[in-house]
Amino acid sequence: MTKHTLSVLVENKPGILARVAGLFARRGFNIDSLAVGETEHPEVSRMTIVVNAEESPLEQVTKQLNKLVHVLKIVELDSNVSVQRELLLVKVRADRPVRSQVLETVNLFRARVVDVAPDTLTIEATGTADKLDALLRDLEPYGIKEMVQSGLVAIGRGSRSITTGPALRAA
Amino acid sequence: MTRPTPETLAQRAPSPATLAAAAAPAAPVAPAKVSGATALVKSLEALGVEVMFGIPGGAILPAYDPIYDSAVRHILVRHEQGGGHAATGYAQATGKVGVCVATSGPGATNLVTPIADAYMDSVPIVAITGQVPRPAIGTDAFQEADIQGITLPITKHNYLVTTPEEIPRILAEAFHLASTGRPGPVLVDIPKDVLQAMTTFTWPPTLELPGYRPTLHPHGKQIREAARLMTSARRPVLYVGGGVLKAGATDSLRKLAELTGIPVVTTLMARGAFPDSHPQHLGMPGMHGSVTAVYGLQKADLLVALGARFDDRVTGKLDSFAPDAAIVHADIDPAEIGKNRAADVPIVGDAKHVIDELIVAVTAEQSSNRTGDRTEWWATLNDLRERYPLGWDEPTDGTLSPQYVIKRLGEIAGPDAVYVAGVGQHQMWASQFISYEKPYTWLNSGGAGTMGYAVPAAMGAKVGKPETTVWAIDGDGCFQMTNQELATCALEGIPIKVAIINNGNLGMVRQWQTLFYGERYSNTDLGTHKHRIPDFVKLAEALGCIGLRCESADDVDKTIEAAMSINDAPVVIDFVVGKDAMVWPMVAAGTSNDEIMFARDMRPSFDEDDL
Repeated sequence: MTKHTLSVLVENKPGILARVAGLFARRGFNIDSLAVGETEHPEVSRMTIVVNAEESPLEQVTKQLNKLVHVLKIVELDSNVSVQRELLLVKVRADRPVRSQVLETVNLFRARVVDVAPDTLTIEATGTADKLDALLRDLEPYGIKEMVQSGLVAIGRGSRSITTGPALRAA
Repeated sequence: MTRPTPETLAQRAPSPATLAAAAAPAAPVAPAKVSGATALVKSLEALGVEVMFGIPGGAILPAYDPIYDSAVRHILVRHEQGGGHAATGYAQATGKVGVCVATSGPGATNLVTPIADAYMDSVPIVAITGQVPRPAIGTDAFQEADIQGITLPITKHNYLVTTPEEIPRILAEAFHLASTGRPGPVLVDIPKDVLQAMTTFTWPPTLELPGYRPTLHPHGKQIREAARLMTSARRPVLYVGGGVLKAGATDSLRKLAELTGIPVVTTLMARGAFPDSHPQHLGMPGMHGSVTAVYGLQKADLLVALGARFDDRVTGKLDSFAPDAAIVHADIDPAEIGKNRAADVPIVGDAKHVIDELIVAVTAEQSSNRTGDRTEWWATLNDLRERYPLGWDEPTDGTLSPQYVIKRLGEIAGPDAVYVAGVGQHQMWASQFISYEKPYTWLNSGGAGTMGYAVPAAMGAKVGKPETTVWAIDGDGCFQMTNQELATCALEGIPIKVAIINNGNLGMVRQWQTLFYGERYSNTDLGTHKHRIPDFVKLAEALGCIGLRCESADDVDKTIEAAMSINDAPVVIDFVVGKDAMVWPMVAAGTSNDEIMFARDMRPSFDEDDL
């Protein structure tokens, strides 16, 4: 199975998340990650959905998604032609003896410290899933007390925009 | 911001929504201060609704006050499921949108089965449900159910109305969605306080459906490719599904069939889309299809699927279905294409447009002398038809044969009557042994297989076509699920006729027990023979109908004729038939169509060289 990243433009209406999630659940797809937010058109929301699936069941689920009245447009974003990012917040044990080493790792990954306590640092990092995994691997020996990760968001490279077109103008 | 215009809305045979939208500029309704409930009823009137089937209750009660004064006929049903199937029967018989109404909680959940049924068979119905007042939603209030959540996967779309101002727009959208594109059920859930609140009613509303753009016109390149295959294939078959009826494309289908000389099969949902008496008709394919239709599909080198969805009951074991056939698949729903069987030529479009454009493209091919040689193919098919006609063995125990009853019913009531079946053996026999010559004369629950569909659906069909004879052909099991609607029929002057094919058992289940469970008849004897409980004649009389009984072949004609002569009351005939009759041919579930049995332990013999 391969990872697919779908950008789904939807009308910003109550219940749309349940409709989309229901379609995936019914067909036994596990959604790896899901992020929803507004777009430059306030009445349009954008969902970025990452699923592990074979090509043919994914095509069927995409067609079914397209049948939802509130779905405006679906684009699959290949990682080669899109920028894909996740956000990670992680609270790491970092008392005096190891603090400078932790900070070195933070700098190495171009992450940022967003909160400091006597025995912990809270670190914010963005990047691809691979980069964040690598960061976590490096931080693990110090002791990860808590972490939270956002869903992946993605946008196509180049000047073309998926939020233009008849469907979006109408919304 | 582009809004749908009346032109873009006029997708097909006019739905009430499109009629209203088109007619609206001439007669707009001036703004008036009304309650949400009145806005609902005025919207239904403006949409051209003639009739709705429903039952009042607490949450929907405000709507019933303006209904009391409305010109829209409200038929008080005895169970919401009956109201839902009646709306479906009405829609299937007339092509218009059927409307059913229920209150919140159990009223709404009783609509779940008919909504799921309409979803599976793509029937345009709008279900209107009351909901608890907005402040009570989500509090487990009395008679609260999240019917929007419950019906998410079984509606084309659904709404929870949150302000009275939205009512006209949402109703217009609901009717538009239900009746255009691939039709289907739409539910509108309205909280009680929204019905009670005051609003300003204006008509027509502006639809806000930017994400809904069904593709009606097929791609020219695909049509030309399909036409090229149709005029070069040696063993082609037109595989016709319910979409052809939905699109009103039956005349076009006949033209296309006669132009190309290609044999036709009609699925369970498409019976009547092509005349059974037509020499090019091979019959119904599938689990209980004719040998010729099943083998026609299996041995074809080209299948042209028109508004059909390669359902498992048609294909049998999918990976051995029509192994040598190239597939042209035309459907208005892109999600159907390639779902079960990959299509070589995918065509997205309305069946009427598709077939009309195929006629033009095929004519062009033929004028270049490409017509395809079908002589051998027809010789093979005609030989099969002769050797394996549909038929049955008369019971040896002297009991009445159910197939005979149904065949005579079809012959006596004729091709203009509407036949509505339940689900099971009687449904298959009614599909096999009645000759359907005209569209919209055969209604049944195909996809969902809903026992209990027949009586209420027949009621709805009769309301939509009061001048037409409507026969419900039902089993004794099915009939006991929804027969209370006969009280509705008796009181509302809806004189349907019901033929109960009473074999005392859940016949189709029993047939499977006979064939696959070593004749261990677990829980299939209903006691309707052994104990005559219920006595269907007495039950019919108790429900205000005329009850008749027929137990021998000699009485069949005169009993049917007696029923045909009664037009002022519903009639129920209890046909007491043998319990051992089985539906043949049969492709056992999960097996290949190649394994079709012509009768028990009898496989058709084929000279493979012929095929």
